[in-house]
Amino acid sequence: MVNIALPKGRLGEKVYAMFAAAGFECPALLENSRKLIFDNEAAGVRYFWVKPSDVAIYVERGAADIGVAGKDILLEYRPDVYELLDLNVGKCRMAVAAPEGFRDNPDRTLRVATKFSRIARDYYSSMGRDIDIIHLNGSIEIAPILGLSDVIVDIVETGTTLRENHLEVVETIVPISARLIANKSGFKFKTAPIERLVSEIRKEVKAE
Amino acid sequence: MMIEDQVLDAQERIGFKLRGLYSGYGYSRYRMSKFEEYDLYSRNKDFLFSEGVITFTDTNGRLMALKPDVTLSIVKNGRDLPGQLRKLYYHENVYRVSSAEDGFREQTQVGVECMGEVDSACVAEALKLAAESLRLCSEDYVLEISHLGILGAFVDMIATDDKVRDQILQCAGEKNLHGISRVCREHGIAEGAEEPLQALLGLYGPPKAVMPKIRALAEENGAGEYAAELARAAASFAGTEAENRVRIDFSATGDMKYYNGIAFKGFISGIPGSVLSGGQYDHLMRRMGRRDRAVGFAVFLNMLERLTEEGRMDG
Repeated sequence: MVNIALPKGRLGEKVYAMFAAAGFECPALLENSRKLIFDNEAAGVRYFWVKPSDVAIYVERGAADIGVAGKDILLEYRPDVYELLDLNVGKCRMAVAAPEGFRDNPDRTLRVATKFSRIARDYYSSMGRDIDIIHLNGSIEIAPILGLSDVIVDIVETGTTLRENHLEVVETIVPISARLIANKSGFKFKTAPIERLVSEIRKEVKAE
Repeated sequence: MMIEDQVLDAQERIGFKLRGLYSGYGYSRYRMSKFEEYDLYSRNKDFLFSEGVITFTDTNGRLMALKPDVTLSIVKNGRDLPGQLRKLYYHENVYRVSSAEDGFREQTQVGVECMGEVDSACVAEALKLAAESLRLCSEDYVLEISHLGILGAFVDMIATDDKVRDQILQCAGEKNLHGISRVCREHGIAEGAEEPLQALLGLYGPPKAVMPKIRALAEENGAGEYAAELARAAASFAGTEAENRVRIDFSATGDMKYYNGIAFKGFISGIPGSVLSGGQYDHLMRRMGRRDRAVGFAVFLNMLERLTEEGRMDG
């Protein structure tokens, strides 16, 4: 049985549709119940929904053999896992955004508000720019408006929230999408079923 | 005096069993102080398993560190022995930042180091001992073997810039074939240049099944000699009980500033990460001013805690 951690929410449902189309369906998963774990013994899969940012932890720690996590989470937490497929869904980008018309003054330390401290630190250190990270857990867009930060580093999907708050993308750091990840040890002992699953799901991945 | 099994905890039990195993193969115990001058680690940061070292100022003003690693100290404190072999084992605590949490943890390691005129027989012995070490922990194990010479040759065909090479090697360690293509496109590398490396990374499994294809691919790409070395290492398991437990897998990578040749990792069913890691580290020896060759590995006893709780450990 291959244990699969799926991210709760819209992305998870989209990803489950790919798994189901690939022959690994488990209809109970979409029913409104209090069940937490869903088996399809015939297909050899067991699913469970977890918080999107926790998927990588479940997989790295071996509670799940495989899972689906955003590239943003993988870059931020760097779990020791295999990244087997880019599912090409949940596409967005990690970007630097600032108030419209913002001009960086290199004489001053740049104040960066973000949920993704490591990504922000790596990005600016690659440019040799001195920054002050302000780690926030949500509503990042409000930080530059209130003068808490100069810029933000955050996920941008359509850019609507930014526009509504008179912010604009000044730099794209990295494109983001959902990735199929696997526990390194689990992969060694369940190689054939995981390979079969990956190969079927690959057929469901739409080209860029 | 015999120590009865029940007075030892599981980690101690397996630790002593491994020591018995290594000692039976002619390895002698290497003891060391818990401290080492910090300078040793600051010069070899990339060799360490984790960032961060616990430091303190000694009474004579020297900046010291609680050991985050054992091999560096053994290499630093040894001297070249032309024409000879030095076979050592250790059972030590190291102090590292755990990747999963912020903060230092004390971890217990048992390992072997073989230095001097290391030849293919020494490498085969290290691999045999690695497999035997894993078997002492659990019958359900996998020993994964790779060759950094082959991997390096395939990466060299794509990029020479260290930064790009490091990114490609990181993707290789993650079996992230799409990531390799992305890195190549980002750095303007011609489409298709990464295909031989991707083909190599796709060849993993039992040596009998994949070695002929690896040899053919390596020969086509100028790494035939390294592939022959890997084939010899894998063949040393032919006909043994361990044969079915060995896999070739080029995702077992290592920092090529330190490691070269055969690299390997050990996994046990039910334990989420690798419990054993090792390989040839001639490049580290050169960096430390040594001319000897070297091979060794470490078993991470802390990783075995879960296994022992479930009572699956031998004995």
